[in-house]
Amino acid sequence: MNNIFKRTVKDKAFKYIIVLFSFISVVPLIFILLYIFKNGISAINLKFFTHLPKPVGEKGGGISNAIIGTFMIVIIASLVAIPIGIIVGVFLSENKKSRFAEFVRTSTDILLSIPSIVIGIVAYIWLVKSMGDFSALSGGIALAIMMLPVIIKSTEETLKLIPDHLKEASLALGVPYYRTILKVILPAGISGIITGILLGIARIAGETAPLLFTAFGNPFMNINILRPVNALPLLIYNYAMSPYHQWHKIAWGAALVLIILVLILNIIAKIVIKKWKVQF
Amino acid sequence: MESAILKIENFYAYFGETEILKNINLSIFPNQTTAIMGPSGCGKTTLIRCINRMHEFVQNARVSGKIFLYDQDIYSSNPIVIRRKIGMVFQKPNPFPTMSIYENVISGFTLNGIKLKKSEKDRIVEDSLKKAELWDEVKNNIYRKGTFLSGGQQQRLCIARALAMNPDILLLDEPTSALDPKSTSAIESLIIELKKTVTIIIVTHNTAQAARISDRTAFLYLGEMIEYDITEKMFTVPKDKRTEEYLTGKFG
Ligand SMILES: Nc1ncnc2c1ncn2[C@@H]1O[C@H](COP(=O)(O)OP(=O)(O)OP(=O)(O)O)[C@@H](O)[C@H]1O
Ligand SMILES: [Mg+2]
Repeated sequence: MNNIFKRTVKDKAFKYIIVLFSFISVVPLIFILLYIFKNGISAINLKFFTHLPKPVGEKGGGISNAIIGTFMIVIIASLVAIPIGIIVGVFLSENKKSRFAEFVRTSTDILLSIPSIVIGIVAYIWLVKSMGDFSALSGGIALAIMMLPVIIKSTEETLKLIPDHLKEASLALGVPYYRTILKVILPAGISGIITGILLGIARIAGETAPLLFTAFGNPFMNINILRPVNALPLLIYNYAMSPYHQWHKIAWGAALVLIILVLILNIIAKIVIKKWKVQF
Repeated sequence: MESAILKIENFYAYFGETEILKNINLSIFPNQTTAIMGPSGCGKTTLIRCINRMHEFVQNARVSGKIFLYDQDIYSSNPIVIRRKIGMVFQKPNPFPTMSIYENVISGFTLNGIKLKKSEKDRIVEDSLKKAELWDEVKNNIYRKGTFLSGGQQQRLCIARALAMNPDILLLDEPTSALDPKSTSAIESLIIELKKTVTIIIVTHNTAQAARISDRTAFLYLGEMIEYDITEKMFTVPKDKRTEEYLTGKFG
């Protein structure tokens, strides 16, 4: 009797401990969000989005150049990483056993764990030095290298789950292999692939280290991809390190914008998984 | 005797070094249903996958010997053309999950990039669904996803999809093994009906099914063709002892 009582208590305690720890793990997230919100919200108004930064001492000033710059860099990175990532992902899921595929798979895993600052330095040496200037393009390519393994992995994992009999159905209709991949396999995996892309973008949107060596930052508005641009994480980095209270406030505001962007991407990814999921 | 639509001559198939089919010789006649019977693993699926050249998608798979469609040597033709002339329905219903019923039926054209007028597509879809005896059940939901249908309906959708290409031959690999008795009998009567317009080769485990629907039966055992004859003859007076044992359920 006593024994059973003890076990029930242990059982209950175990369950509570699990819930408690799950809660503890989200506490930091909640605090970070609240803290950034509290500090950042006062900086945000319409001018914050439409104006350029002002010199020290002048009141006001916005982050329009950083927002545009971040968009430019993210678009360049996406244009490079999405097509290559999907193609490599298809290759890996189609060639499960070949030696070369195994080599590519391992390389992708390694690429995923290379510190972003190393990628920044490499991009600096290869791109910035050879092009003679910091630029949005080199920033975009550096971030593309970070995004690539995420997209490759998610594409491969998604396509591996698509049953072989779908491919056979298409091939048996006399559809050539490449059309089968493009018109049957990729559409069947679309939700997973898009989710991977969104999470890849969310991953790079806040990257600072590679951009310090590539996009560099720019107090002015620039839309030439061959010239240095500002970006949200660069602006946050530079302003937060400055001694001026006014700039700290702008950095908080920019951090809030960045976090909201990343949250939105994550929420869209969740929705895509739910709504576009293909039932086999 | 009518001339054959499909002739298989001295045909061998391999996975790597393993010989799966040994010296198969078989003539298939137009507008007949030919059943391929045999115990599990004897090579039935392999044989029909060689007929529409699906076998070659497996790594290290190879074949030797000849298969003729009319006078055309299948193995020296473009496989894509062959697969459009020889349709296939698989054991497990496999409609395209991203497509509606309508799109599924017409997919042989759209996936191949063949452009058709809307009216022509409508006609092909309706004809094919009618031939597959699915039209009445789905005509009001034709733009719904094919994967919402029951298993038996999905299988008939796959038959309609194959028929839409207007194939000379339809290969069916145990099309009813995943279905309940009611759907099974629907598909069986459909096969009997389809014979008027298309030549059918059906793999089946079920000897009673072969007896019900086929004109001729081939009995395959360990990759060899043991016996091939008019179904009635084979079921009443099998020539080979192994055929008799299989038919009486001694193995299989
Ligand atoms: N991809 C493959 N690689 C290697 N061997 C295979 C492969 N597919 C099938 N085989 C072998 O080929 C032989 C014939 O297989 P097949 O699928 O043609 O048999 P089957 O008569 O259709 O059997 P079942 O009635 O169980 O469907 C089997 O011994 C099987 O193990
Ligand atoms: Mg089989």
